[in-house]
Amino acid sequence: MSDEAREAVGDYRFGFHDPENATIRFDKGLSEQVVRDISALKNEPEWMTDLRVKAYHHFEKREMPSWGNCSELENIDFDNVTYFLRSSDATEKDWDDVPDDIKNTFDRLGIPEAEQKWLGGVTAQYESEAVYHSVREDLEEQGVLFLDMDSGLKEHPELVKKFFGSVIPHTDNKFAALNTAVWSGGSFIYVPKNVEVEMPVQAYFRINAKNMGQFERTLIIVDEGSTLHYVEGCTAPTYSTDSLHSAVVELIAMKGAKIRYSTIQNWSANVYNLVTKRGVAHENAVIEWVDGNIGSKLTMKYPAVLLKGEGAHAEVISVAYAGAGQHQDAGAKVHHLAPNTTSSILSKSISKNGGRSSYRGILQVTPRAHGCRSKVVCDALMLDSESRSDTYPTMEVGNSTADLEHEASVSKVSGDQLFYLMSRGFSEEEAMGLIVNGFFEPFTRELPMEYAVELNKLLELEMEGSIG
Amino acid sequence: MSDEILRVENLHVSVDDTRILNGLNLTINRGEIHVVMGRNGAGKSTLASVIMGHPAFEVTEGAIFYMGTNIEEMSVFERARAGMFLSFQYPAVIPGVQVGTFLKKSVQSVRDEELKGRAFRKELNAAMATLEMQKSVLSRYVNDGFSGGEKKRLEILQMLLLKPTLALLDETDSGLDIDALRIVAKGINSVAPEAGCLIITHYQRLLDHVEPHFVHVIIDGVIAESGGPELALKLEKQGYEWLENPAEA
Ligand SMILES: Nc1ncnc2c1ncn2[C@@H]1O[C@H](COP(=O)(O)OP(=O)(O)OP(=O)(O)O)[C@@H](O)[C@H]1O
Ligand SMILES: [Mg+2]
Repeated sequence: MSDEAREAVGDYRFGFHDPENATIRFDKGLSEQVVRDISALKNEPEWMTDLRVKAYHHFEKREMPSWGNCSELENIDFDNVTYFLRSSDATEKDWDDVPDDIKNTFDRLGIPEAEQKWLGGVTAQYESEAVYHSVREDLEEQGVLFLDMDSGLKEHPELVKKFFGSVIPHTDNKFAALNTAVWSGGSFIYVPKNVEVEMPVQAYFRINAKNMGQFERTLIIVDEGSTLHYVEGCTAPTYSTDSLHSAVVELIAMKGAKIRYSTIQNWSANVYNLVTKRGVAHENAVIEWVDGNIGSKLTMKYPAVLLKGEGAHAEVISVAYAGAGQHQDAGAKVHHLAPNTTSSILSKSISKNGGRSSYRGILQVTPRAHGCRSKVVCDALMLDSESRSDTYPTMEVGNSTADLEHEASVSKVSGDQLFYLMSRGFSEEEAMGLIVNGFFEPFTRELPMEYAVELNKLLELEMEGSIG
Repeated sequence: MSDEILRVENLHVSVDDTRILNGLNLTINRGEIHVVMGRNGAGKSTLASVIMGHPAFEVTEGAIFYMGTNIEEMSVFERARAGMFLSFQYPAVIPGVQVGTFLKKSVQSVRDEELKGRAFRKELNAAMATLEMQKSVLSRYVNDGFSGGEKKRLEILQMLLLKPTLALLDETDSGLDIDALRIVAKGINSVAPEAGCLIITHYQRLLDHVEPHFVHVIIDGVIAESGGPELALKLEKQGYEWLENPAEA
């Protein structure tokens, strides 16, 4: 790791990246030409090129969001971002060059060595690719399409054209426009009617996962009566030299379909993580966002669900952990557009060492949506008095039959809890780790086992060396 | 000296400039059960907390020796790892942390060894059987929504697993029904022969099942009276007044 990169990550112990690991790298800055070049390089159909260009012009004139951490957003230097970067498949780095503290973190997270090397960017993950192939074969037999977004566009242009931008148009917000203009990578999934995909499908196993870009674009369509659980991200720290990460994720759950989308992201402390995630749930469909945010400088992310069909259900469970110099502005948006739709939002946040976490949510019930039910619970835990937590809930209720509940709590770790745990042999850090893991438990139990174990360990590591 | 476990010498304790203990002396040897009684607010819990190392209390004078060593510098968890145990009058709730996980981790840190899953489970099952506890407790969150009696039983379960050298039991009998009292006493009697025990209580009834060697009464921050089991019986009948105003007795 170069000194420059170290400097860029600051005291972020776990993040690292080799900035040279790229064969095609555009100069910094954005213009219509850059957008056209990206599209040309990928041999995209004309409609996509046109869409990118249109989105680029919209991005240019669109003002910054007026919510979230506005003053921090002003610090983003769009001219200092590289908008396209393709890692070379042939690049092999030496595991010995990976800093020991990073290796230790992987070890202590219990990540197997092969995977460590892959996450460290020093090797392609052959084992995972093998697993990926077998998973993919199973899926193919069921008629499921599971590709990276670029291949999806090449191989299934008609599906992509029909749904791409249908949930999050490029005009949605400045960052959705930016993503539409310069997107690269991400997943494309189509599950045909009446297929139950049993195993969680993991972005982990995607061939191009190591290309995980800053402007990923994911589109998931689950047809009538089918179910899918998609998992993306990784508790291991993700270092990015380019400090802007702006993804767009669109989900479409047809009649009676169910989609669960689980994410854990752990960005290094220099990253602006500005993500638009939204799903449309048709009649009796279910969309669940399980969303964990650790790290980054500023995260603004509010997974949303449009409950468009009668009887549809939305579930958003999210956690955020804000350490020193970090602001997690996260939450959920649910729009009850049809009768008898239900939703449940649970948001948990932890702030430590002056970190700041905010819950920002919208709950909308339209006049025609009668008989809706919703419950919103926001819990914040502050580990010291320098930290900060705020709640910004918005409710727009146009129908008097709605049954809505909202609960919010802010708590601190009590001296009694610490004394109790320490009297049972736990050091202060271990006691904090237990309390923090316990606080996130309603989220953690929703994760696949290996992610849950890693997340708990990561939080325990976060508590280390920070007390005194 | 050979079997001395705890020696409290001339202990003065304050919290926020309020003096609570004013020169308390107490020695507990291995195999001895000591009972401490006293009115509400007399400083019984304070004594137990200070011995365990609670940071809120300030020892202004005197010292505490555990196994012959002055433990002034030892933090709470170091005391726990050295074999000291406190059963809380009011055990804390730890939301989201399952009892099973908590017990395993706790035993692991106190014994300072990785536990084999199966061996630990066997030990746990045996201890739970002794205390007639339901397995379902293990998947509940620590003390979360527990009844008073359930909390106390969990405290005693921890004591059985941690096998302390010094057991401080603060009103473990409060809130227990008649059967639970007998069961908890069984737990105490199983660790007592190898340990030093300090039992804080308001009532004689636990002492029908656990036979103390010494009974002490705290008044005005010191041990005002010590005796054998008969002292507890006398207090049960007569209350504390005769001790506070000896002239009138
Ligand atoms: N943290 C504290 N801050 C202020 N005062 C305290 C604190 N802890 C204890 N005290 C005071 O010290 C005195 C002794 O309290 P302690 O809890 O030791 O009494 P106790 O003998 O255990 O009483 P009980 O029988 O009611 O349990 C009380 O007056 C109590 O209010
Ligand atoms: Mg007390």
